[in-house]
Amino acid sequence: MTDIKAAFQNGKAFIPFVTAGDPDLETTEKLLITMSESGADIIEIGIPFSDPIAEGVVIQEADLRALASGTTTDKIFDMVKRIRPQVKCALATMTYMNPIFAYGTDKFMAKCSECGISAVIVPDTPFEEKDELKPYCDKHGIELVSLIAPTSHDRIRMIAEEAQGFVYCVSSMGVTGVRSEITTDVGEMVRLVKSVSDIPCAIGFGISTPEQAEKMAQSADGVIVGSAIVKIIAKHGRDCIQPVCDYVKQMKEAIM
Amino acid sequence: MSKGKFGIHGGQFVPETLMNAINEFEDAYNHYKDDPEFVAELDTLMREYAGRPSLLYYAEKMTKDLGGAKIYLKREDLNHTGAHKINNCLGQCLLAKKMGKTRVIAETGAGQHGVATATVAALLGLECEIYMGKEDTIRQALNVYRMRLLGAKVHAVETGAMTLKDAVNEAMREWTNRVSDTHYVLGSVMGPHPFPTVVRDFQSVIGKEIKSQLKEKEGRLPDVVMACVGGGSNAIGAFYDFIDDESVRLIGCEGAGLGVDNPKNAATMANGTLGIFHGMKSYFCQNEYGQIAPV
Repeated sequence: MTDIKAAFQNGKAFIPFVTAGDPDLETTEKLLITMSESGADIIEIGIPFSDPIAEGVVIQEADLRALASGTTTDKIFDMVKRIRPQVKCALATMTYMNPIFAYGTDKFMAKCSECGISAVIVPDTPFEEKDELKPYCDKHGIELVSLIAPTSHDRIRMIAEEAQGFVYCVSSMGVTGVRSEITTDVGEMVRLVKSVSDIPCAIGFGISTPEQAEKMAQSADGVIVGSAIVKIIAKHGRDCIQPVCDYVKQMKEAIM
Repeated sequence: MSKGKFGIHGGQFVPETLMNAINEFEDAYNHYKDDPEFVAELDTLMREYAGRPSLLYYAEKMTKDLGGAKIYLKREDLNHTGAHKINNCLGQCLLAKKMGKTRVIAETGAGQHGVATATVAALLGLECEIYMGKEDTIRQALNVYRMRLLGAKVHAVETGAMTLKDAVNEAMREWTNRVSDTHYVLGSVMGPHPFPTVVRDFQSVIGKEIKSQLKEKEGRLPDVVMACVGGGSNAIGAFYDFIDDESVRLIGCEGAGLGVDNPKNAATMANGTLGIFHGMKSYFCQNEYGQIAPV
């Protein structure tokens, strides 16, 4: 069983996101270890990018803080490799195509494999362009996560048929960020995926409260939360470990 | 699989949320570009609204002063709104209207594309919102005033370096937020397929006119067609009809800022490296980790 598949065996999966290097890599290191102890099933490690076009303001600012603190792709890999034995859950990276391409896609996937990262999520590389990533992912045993959006409709079947790891269901139009209400029929999106594949589906974008998470988890196998966590980090800076862990515990309990 | 490639360049590197919108746009373009009614309608707007054909002017003093080639200036500045930008805006906004869209958004740098989009939106009765880096709104306050006068809402983008790159980011973000009634009028030969092809085709009127006007004046092809290159739309517009004419040299000039050896320049073709950003594989000023430079 792959790490990602195993991550969906412990009730509904809770998948928190952090931007690596926000506010610095020492804090990210502590967060990875303690979030995994607090109930995270997969942690999405965001590799900061100067121009994250799928992100709302909260994660844009986190990326800028991370880059300003001198974070680089190499430093992130070094840190993850060093602490990997202490992190109990599966890991995925979330970044844009350009940082991967500039690093060298083959080398990037090799590094992921070396660091115990099981999957990559690349929001600006759709199904049509996955040849840019997939051959290298396959070569190094990394799963390429597919995203589906409220506008995907007739594309869902095509995407789901070839999806790996889990399907990332984008709950809302627009960019990442906390939303008071999610109006998309995510249940229908998940049903369309499940009609062609038994792959796990996790819902992300806009989820922040335990109530929202619980509701989303009723129609999916997991819940992804980014901006709400990044907000806690922005508020508490280096003292964010305890409040983030409390939040992760609360969210995991809500969806169990 | 991958569509809209020019050699290794191009592609469709955008969030899944936009894929059906750009596919729908591609289908509409392929349908209407050969539709006689659409072609006639666009041609009428180009002539009667934009003021085409633009003049080809023999710059006699410049020719003498420089002492070399006979220099002609293609006066795209004489089009309505003062630039070539309107060619593409008329085409894309008319297409948007045919597609049933009621709202257009656009990025703009100095403001020419924003003014052209706002103008055509007003003409065709489309709601219009323009994304412009805050720095640029200050430098080009007059253009902001014009856009507002034309009924457009201008958003001053305060992310990143607050210039064109950030305006494109913000326009793309807004498009993912609202695709059903909105078309993104990209103003440069960039972005995901089919934008580079569409913008090239709507701008190619420039080169077609140069060819026939010069034939009339000189009875021959030019030796050189020269254009400035920023986002590339006026350059490819001028060049496209000459690509198969082997005797014609096509020269693009990039802004070198404080010099190509100085980091403060926008010479992407000279200094950029291959990357994947803003929907396409192309050249970008970036660092070794793929972080885009603030130009």
